[in-house]
Amino acid sequence: MTYILKPRLHHPTLPKNKLGFTRRDYEGKVSTLCAGCGHDSISAALIEAMWELAIEPHRVAKLSGIGCSSKTPDYFLGNSHGFNTVHGRMPSVLTGANLANRDLIYLGVSGDGDSASIGIGQFAHVMRRGVNMTYILENNGVYGLTKGQFSATADRGSKAKKGAVNQDSAIDTVSLALIMGATYVARSFSGDKKQLTPLIKAAIAHEGAAFIDVISPCVAFNNHPGSTKSYDYVREHNEAVNRLDFWPSREAITVDYSEGGVIEVPQHDGSIVRLRKLDSDYDPTDRINAITHIAQASAKGEVLTGLLYVAPDAEDLHAHLNTYEMAFNKLEEKDLCPGAGMLEKINAGLR
Amino acid sequence: MQPTDIKHPDYFHKVVDCQWACPAHTPVPEYIRLIAAGRYSDAYMVNWESNVFPGILGRTCDRPCEPACRRGRVEEENQPKPEPVAICRLKRVTADYKDNEDVQKRIAVHKKTRSNGKRIACIGAGPASLTVARDLAPLGYEVTVFDQDPRAGGMIWTQIPRFRLPMEVIDEEVNYILDLGVSLVQRKITSLKTLMGERYDAIFVGSGAPRGRDLDIPGRKEGAPNIHIGIDWLASVSFGHTSKIGKRVIVLGGGNTAMDCCRTSKRLGGEDVKVIVRSGFEEMKASPWEKEDAMHEGIPILNYLVPKSFEVKNQKLVGMQFEKVKAVYDEKGKRSLVPTGEPDPFFECDDVLVAVGQENAFPWIERDSGVEFDKYGLPKLNKETLQSTVPNVLFGGDAAFGPKNIIWAVAHGHDAAVSIDKLLNGENTNERPAPGVTLVSQKMGIHEWSYDNDIVADARYKVPWRDIKVTLKNVKAEVELGFDVATAWKEAQRCLNCDVQTVFTDKLCIECDACVDICPMDCITFTQNGDEDELRKRLKAPALNASQSLYVSGALKTRRVMVKDEDVCLHCGLCAERCPTGAWDMQKFLLEMTHAGHGCRTPKKTLPLKAA
Repeated sequence: MTYILKPRLHHPTLPKNKLGFTRRDYEGKVSTLCAGCGHDSISAALIEAMWELAIEPHRVAKLSGIGCSSKTPDYFLGNSHGFNTVHGRMPSVLTGANLANRDLIYLGVSGDGDSASIGIGQFAHVMRRGVNMTYILENNGVYGLTKGQFSATADRGSKAKKGAVNQDSAIDTVSLALIMGATYVARSFSGDKKQLTPLIKAAIAHEGAAFIDVISPCVAFNNHPGSTKSYDYVREHNEAVNRLDFWPSREAITVDYSEGGVIEVPQHDGSIVRLRKLDSDYDPTDRINAITHIAQASAKGEVLTGLLYVAPDAEDLHAHLNTYEMAFNKLEEKDLCPGAGMLEKINAGLR
Repeated sequence: MQPTDIKHPDYFHKVVDCQWACPAHTPVPEYIRLIAAGRYSDAYMVNWESNVFPGILGRTCDRPCEPACRRGRVEEENQPKPEPVAICRLKRVTADYKDNEDVQKRIAVHKKTRSNGKRIACIGAGPASLTVARDLAPLGYEVTVFDQDPRAGGMIWTQIPRFRLPMEVIDEEVNYILDLGVSLVQRKITSLKTLMGERYDAIFVGSGAPRGRDLDIPGRKEGAPNIHIGIDWLASVSFGHTSKIGKRVIVLGGGNTAMDCCRTSKRLGGEDVKVIVRSGFEEMKASPWEKEDAMHEGIPILNYLVPKSFEVKNQKLVGMQFEKVKAVYDEKGKRSLVPTGEPDPFFECDDVLVAVGQENAFPWIERDSGVEFDKYGLPKLNKETLQSTVPNVLFGGDAAFGPKNIIWAVAHGHDAAVSIDKLLNGENTNERPAPGVTLVSQKMGIHEWSYDNDIVADARYKVPWRDIKVTLKNVKAEVELGFDVATAWKEAQRCLNCDVQTVFTDKLCIECDACVDICPMDCITFTQNGDEDELRKRLKAPALNASQSLYVSGALKTRRVMVKDEDVCLHCGLCAERCPTGAWDMQKFLLEMTHAGHGCRTPKKTLPLKAA
């Protein structure tokens, strides 16, 4: 951690977004994580994405569980809503909040312990329900807060800092999310903000359950030779399937790739997710194909990154349940108590 | 780009903008930290070693350091009025609060204890000559300083008014030098050849630029009794010969001398005092703060007026006629002043002070002395060694390259002393000594540094002024009161410690981006290498200030490089605090100029000792 506060001074040319905010206005408190933690880079990517999208901070709700990762919402978006929930229970709190008020942008921040061990049940259900959210899993493969035991996402055969070899199978959260029905699934790396930031932006625009697994090296306990979640290992084995650009609208597209292999996926809010294929066989709108590819890459020891799956026709929980559009906090007495006449009608309908 | 060679003494020196800009290369952040620590005597000595006249310069310096100060750039878009650290006024703080006895003792250590038998003559007792004397006397040289006046100081006391610089301050600092074993002789040198005949081993000419330029326009002769040359008039005020001036005064000229003239007039009976300049207000040579000081005292500055004539009635000056002009720029950006065609304005006045520039004058140097002059009447000099065409006759201060300022005179004095020392030790004066450079890590603990790395957001503090009712009545009442201890501390906290350098070791970097994420000024980028011009455009924040270096590392594991734009780095050390591997470290760069003495001499090969 750092003893001094980050100075408020900023670069004289620091640009402002259309709300008049600089990137610095989206920051939070100074991180208390270990120096070099990948999680801090993810926070920086979130700040960048929110600033670029010109999202008003008070329209965002950050929810997290327990762990190093779940501390991070304190380090970005200092003017947004936040809820630090019970260990592994972030998804249910997020689901409840989303049902009560669909007007906010929901950001779930979790870690591999929080999502793949104690909270795996909640993780599975929030995906299958299609809650409209951006779920970021900061995946470092170890329990950093308790000094580096293997987590459920540690690969079989990978080595702990003191030499112990992991004998258990790893849970692949990306495959799990796909099987469970998440409609936007990506994997990225904290050391590659160029890839991560557009993925976050597109995930926020996606109306449905968006999941990003971000490999985030634990510098203190999992950044040694033999680890499969170290900076060096991920850089050597990173296979990006595509490069993503996110455009807030059709008109805003300024880059035109002359070569083929560009896929455009329009989102419900009018924004465009534009993918440049790096692997010609990879079709990110085909779920079965995505699952197969991920399994094949895993068998080869590759870390597949990029936008792995996006459902063009995604729907969210509110659509499934056909809920009332207005947020609970805006409902007036007459909406909540429609009167005796209405009760009569309902009762009559049930006879 | 090639990886930056941080071993070159100039690289980090350039990052310390204030020190780089200072002609004497005073280690500014070093003494500001000492002020913050309450170690005023130590801070004074850092200054004394480097610029010789801390108390004098702390009031009068031209402050090339301040426009260069990084704080000014850092505050752009962050502070309503971006301003540098008050470096100059903090220098005065060291003089005001030092322990006089302690300082005297420390200076006395340098006293000449024995003679090396070599005799040096310095002509003029101004800052350049005194610096030569200070550097050479402790080494055993017999230094004699000649001046036409009975006291030493030169232009420091004759041209700078007492309300800016009290006599006690001059006497104290001049005496520190004379007490080292320097003789001051009142003698006007009228012939260089005569002096050369007196068998000095070296002669240093520090006689200044003593001739004020005149203005030859109609009416000059007729109005002569009420038309005065600025520097001569200031000197006569300093000597006590002049104590009053007419009620309506026009000061011609836009330099610092003009500012001193108008402010002095205001104190000697001038009620309606105005400054009139040919050029635009912005282009005036006077330092911005001196213009402000004059205007604060109710003196208007009128611009774009070219003097046409002095108007005389009944043998008495009654006013001046001017021509109104405007600035016109040609395609090359060259300015010319073109009459606007408006009727010529007339200003009434009782006295005119002409402060339109100074010239060098060497009527006492015979043209067959061997010292050659160029077409501008300036001596032909070796710019590095300051030697003239006669190797043991050297020039410095305003006498060398025309009017500059005190701090340049000091820098020349140091350089000339090195040349003299080398020359008289039979060495090549062109082999200049390298500065002393140290680079030391400031790490004290995991997140602790031996300097105060917390950045304050305070705007520049103002130096308090004595009541204007008092100062305008008394030409000797000092206007500025200097910072009190508490304000000095606060102002010192504004210094960014630019000498504590961000040092990067590429082989330790794991490219985790922690430094990039924490840097408040977006100075750091990891990217593909490229040409400098192109690289400057694609950094995290564009590096548009080409006068500031890019610090480029060697290739990293991903074959990218680390590029740091030095321009607006706060030296807060957060990159080093967030670095998990110690690839970033904060290291204090201390550069001290090598002055005359053993350090400046070329190392000799030691001969093997012969058996007895």
